[in-house]
Amino acid sequence: MKQFLTFVLKEFFHVLRDKKTLFILFGMPIAQITLFGFALTNELKNSKIVVVDHARDSHSQALITKLEANRYFDIEKAPLSDNEIVAQFRQGKIKAALVIPNNFGYSLQHDNKAQIQILADAADPNTATTITNYATAIISDYQNNDVTGQPQAYQIKTETRMLYNPQLKGVHNFVPGVMAMVLMLICVMMTAIAIVKEKETGTMEILLVSPFQPIMVIIAKAVPYFILSLINLGTILLLSVYAMDLPIMGSLLLLIAESALFIACCLVLGILISIRTASQQVAMLVSLVGMLMPTMIFSGYMFPIENMPTLLQYVSNIVPSKWYYIIVKNIMIKGLGFESVWKETAILFGITILLMLVSLKKFKIRLE
Amino acid sequence: METNKEIAIKAEKMGKRFGDFTAVKEISFEVYKGEIFGFLGANGAGKTTAMRMLCGLSIPSSGSATIAGYDVFKETDKIKKQIGYMSQKFSLYEDLTILENLEFFGGIYGLTNQEIAAKSEALIQKLGLEREAKKLVASLPLGWKQKLAFCTAVFHDPKIVFLDEPTGGVDPVTRRQFWDLIYEAAARGITIFVTTHYMDEAEYCDRISMMVDGAISALGSPGDLKKQFNAADMDEVFYQLARVAKRGD
Repeated sequence: MKQFLTFVLKEFFHVLRDKKTLFILFGMPIAQITLFGFALTNELKNSKIVVVDHARDSHSQALITKLEANRYFDIEKAPLSDNEIVAQFRQGKIKAALVIPNNFGYSLQHDNKAQIQILADAADPNTATTITNYATAIISDYQNNDVTGQPQAYQIKTETRMLYNPQLKGVHNFVPGVMAMVLMLICVMMTAIAIVKEKETGTMEILLVSPFQPIMVIIAKAVPYFILSLINLGTILLLSVYAMDLPIMGSLLLLIAESALFIACCLVLGILISIRTASQQVAMLVSLVGMLMPTMIFSGYMFPIENMPTLLQYVSNIVPSKWYYIIVKNIMIKGLGFESVWKETAILFGITILLMLVSLKKFKIRLE
Repeated sequence: METNKEIAIKAEKMGKRFGDFTAVKEISFEVYKGEIFGFLGANGAGKTTAMRMLCGLSIPSSGSATIAGYDVFKETDKIKKQIGYMSQKFSLYEDLTILENLEFFGGIYGLTNQEIAAKSEALIQKLGLEREAKKLVASLPLGWKQKLAFCTAVFHDPKIVFLDEPTGGVDPVTRRQFWDLIYEAAARGITIFVTTHYMDEAEYCDRISMMVDGAISALGSPGDLKKQFNAADMDEVFYQLARVAKRGD
């Protein structure tokens, strides 16, 4: 045990003295969260929207109030004619216009259906789509909440991600994704590099000649990265709660436990890579291309898996980040308990055990 | 060498095959306690493979061998406690200080903190490194690093120490100092098993063996070998033996 602690201490020296690595280690999650949170966000803030309310009844007023409550819209009420609206668009003064017909409330109550016209500046198709999506979401939300007891006037299909995201925040989606990505990157790449480095410098031979068990060499190397990853997990969670206003809906303990499982899985992956590669560059490349890319593509946080060809959907099942992403989303955003993620947990656990067995086997062969 | 000497390393028809390639052809030799045994051979002759088998880094495909009386097949764990090893590559941690390196290597060989502290202090004093003790190893000149690596390899007082081309790339003066350390260790009863390409170093050994194409083609003291091959120095002995080699790079 003392031998083991000596080894772990040495690993900490390595990590703490390598200032550049340390900077990447702790800087990356902060940079990622901040970047995704503030810069790369695909949502719109304070988009100028003009509302032309011909109805001026209680329903239209309530709807407008709801629209105004949303901080992404900057609502301006103006009795503009169609031509005036077009002129405003041309001058780039507004991004969208909402036209409520004069019999809005009446139709809603008597005909069970009403129409609203949404006009958007499609010169920028992305913005236009997002604005119309947001607006339709708010309108459908309004009808679901406020016109209860009546048959639904019309169905507006909303995207799933808005279901658990009443304020339509984009943050929700990417925090679990960034968590999967950062943990993956740090655990896999850093562990792989740390072990391969010993091979490169020749110290691995010295360690293998020593009475210290080879398997313990590997475990001792993984310990510091396990701890550092937990610290990173803390950083990400703190940032998302306090800087992004994204509370953890479910059990924090469960979230940490699941993350620890995912970290363990990544560490084993890193170890497997280090056993199979001989240089730090190769280890880094394999980690980046072999691990980071699948995490980005197949975890489902950048591209919806349901839209992929069937073959790729099957492929996505072997990517550990996919399962972790689902688990985090369920616990953190939907606030669900273990009973809703036990299947994903079991799969992640299975992958970890499998990788561990493969590593052990390969490790023995290498020693021959 | 007298036959009543204690045997430290004994190899009997020890061989290693990698698929179709026979890296080491059934070699047999004995190394005695406290002896400096030079293990010579051209590049690709199979020296490193043979040494790796003796260190327990590789398992022989045939034959048998014992290190400090322990079998290389069954008792590798016991062997590991009895040997020290210094590889071709410089093998201390550059981002640790001298003291931290000693603490680490002492620690993994199971020395107690008191033992490590006492031995470290004695070693630092002997090498005159008091001022550098708390500096990173990376800041030391290569010659010092090599000497330190050797001292680290014998830090836990092994019975046998394996040195794989330990003096590659250092100047003659440092090499001489390095050999002084080797003599000192041998005088303490540590058996030295050393591979080298420098023929002047071969002269420093008690006995040497010459490997050619995976087999031992000559074995004896430097003086005996020079007589046997009617050569003026070890360079000539090496040349006579190695030029018939078919392998090599």
